[in-house]
Amino acid sequence: MSEKENRPILEISELCMDFYDTGTKKSCVHAVDHVSFAVRKGETFGLVGESGCGKTTTGRCIIRLYQPTSGEMYYDGKPIHGKLTREKRKYITDHIAMVFQDPIASLNPRMTVQDIIGEGLKLRGIKDREERHRIVKGLLVRVGLTPEHATRYPHEFSGGQRQRIGIARALAVNPGLIIADEPVSALDVSVQAQVINLLNELKEELGLTILFIAHNLSVVKYFSDRIGVMYCGKLLEVADADKLFQNPAHPYTKALLSAAPQPDPYLERRRKKLLYDPSLHRYGPGNEPSYHTIEEGHILYCSDMEFEKLMEAREGKKV
Amino acid sequence: MGETILKVKDLRVNFRAWAGTVQAVRGVNFELKKGETLAIVGESGSGKSVTTKAILGILPSNARITSGEILYDGKDLTKLKEKDFYSIRGKHISLVFQDPLSALNPIQKVGKQICEALRKNEHMTAAEAKKRAVALMEDVGIPEPETKFSQYPFQFSGGMRQRIVIAIALALNPKILICDEPTTALDVTIQSRILDKIKDLKEEHDLSVIFITHDLGVVATVADRVCVMYAGKIVEYGTVDDIFYEPAHPYTWALLSSMPDLDTREKLFSIPGAPPNMMYPPKGDAFAPRNRYAMEIDFEQEPPFFKVSDTHYAATWLLHPKAPKVELPEVLRHRIQRMKEEREGA
Repeated sequence: MSEKENRPILEISELCMDFYDTGTKKSCVHAVDHVSFAVRKGETFGLVGESGCGKTTTGRCIIRLYQPTSGEMYYDGKPIHGKLTREKRKYITDHIAMVFQDPIASLNPRMTVQDIIGEGLKLRGIKDREERHRIVKGLLVRVGLTPEHATRYPHEFSGGQRQRIGIARALAVNPGLIIADEPVSALDVSVQAQVINLLNELKEELGLTILFIAHNLSVVKYFSDRIGVMYCGKLLEVADADKLFQNPAHPYTKALLSAAPQPDPYLERRRKKLLYDPSLHRYGPGNEPSYHTIEEGHILYCSDMEFEKLMEAREGKKV
Repeated sequence: MGETILKVKDLRVNFRAWAGTVQAVRGVNFELKKGETLAIVGESGSGKSVTTKAILGILPSNARITSGEILYDGKDLTKLKEKDFYSIRGKHISLVFQDPLSALNPIQKVGKQICEALRKNEHMTAAEAKKRAVALMEDVGIPEPETKFSQYPFQFSGGMRQRIVIAIALALNPKILICDEPTTALDVTIQSRILDKIKDLKEEHDLSVIFITHDLGVVATVADRVCVMYAGKIVEYGTVDDIFYEPAHPYTWALLSSMPDLDTREKLFSIPGAPPNMMYPPKGDAFAPRNRYAMEIDFEQEPPFFKVSDTHYAATWLLHPKAPKVELPEVLRHRIQRMKEEREGA
């Protein structure tokens, strides 16, 4: 992929999203807690973590479905944080699109497929109906459906087909970045592969950048170039997909990898499972965690002390 | 592992629907041996849940068992009256549901829910039942069972809720535990703990387990033997090693190679199309229209079971002596190769 530049297309720094208790405004959940990462043009960046770790919230903050509490976000050098003005909203929706997890809930049951997909085109200023329908039909073919599907309603489709409609809708605005929030986890195993293959093809052909949010480690590994691991609102480790799986540095990443079951009975019988205990870090004043770079492209969230220990251990291994 | 504890013979279940009759299970045969874990794998709609519901006699009212026998302890469960089932459910055969939240009563303390079966069936006093329930909760790995005893389901996390459900299922010391996708709603880290717990409990309580799932990784972790189901039929069965290292049915190939593992780099092999409408089950092999190895005979005649080895059988015409030799899909061939190398390297 020669086109792939090392320039980040999306930069997130110190993103925070707090949710407050609606009544008293007293209790507060740090759903996303000082998360920083960058997505390079043309790559697939995977975000993994357990449910409730803030990966979906991060995605939704980027496309501004949520108003982040603090932090800076840049798409292609331009800020997309701060007050959401009309121009900013337009800039975001013109360049970033989202594919949602639940293909049933995310499609309006009372709109036909061509209206669903064409809505974005309409907002982009394509006023001519015929022109819109022509583009929609092209998109439907692109995602593996047929032009005849355009006049049908979502309930007439199977789960996999609906997710294809969701993808076509995201593609309609010709986005530079697609945020795919668990696009396959609601689908049956046999259909998952179809959708993953489709996303892969589209990525190659259209040079898309994808932020892929999922909890299934095998799928994320297969699909992503780089992976970020989230836990309790914090981004713990970012590395190339292969490196992360071969050489995880954070204890949580290790525990997560050891828990993912593999379709290999022999391996499963001998597997040692690790447990993660957050209290082992003993973070406190004077021992605060921050982002450290282990090696080019491998970033770890840990304290200075832990970092030194880790580096010593790694040096030792090499010698 | 020896004697057969449960035997399902040619089970057929139909559902009456508005538009016609849906043939959900079409002649399923299997045996559960004492002390083993039998996994039933398949896509949604393949009839795996319906099979277990038939075993427990909890099919919905529009379902009918049209033929077949389910033999347990000399009795045919399909012929039992609802009243007679009371002495089977819980005491002999017990079920763990997929979604722990909807399986528990939200407005009843979990302790009471565990005690319910003990009080009703074993006629224990409240104090006895509580003692037993606390012991059970400790057994399934709930910390501070005494305090948790008087809490409500919403105060528990997903993994802990599933442990409560397992505790309820084990309350009456059943012989057979049926787990219907017990970890699908849970995170991987929690999932691995629950799977370990089920394995331990199986040893401690001398259980036989039927484990239903669509996750092949989970199957590799827990199962001794595996049945692969498609469109209401078992298409292949064998030991866990048979199925993962020497799969013989094209559907099993497709299933295995459509999910990536951690080393997959090749393009995934996706199964084209969708499962058949079971209102009009196709003639011949139900998988034939989606099967790239399908031969003409597949569309006309249903394949019988061919023997691969003593423990391993598959229903596909490809195993017929006259059938052409076909190669496994590339992804799968590479993976099995890799698994073998790892095994020898270790």
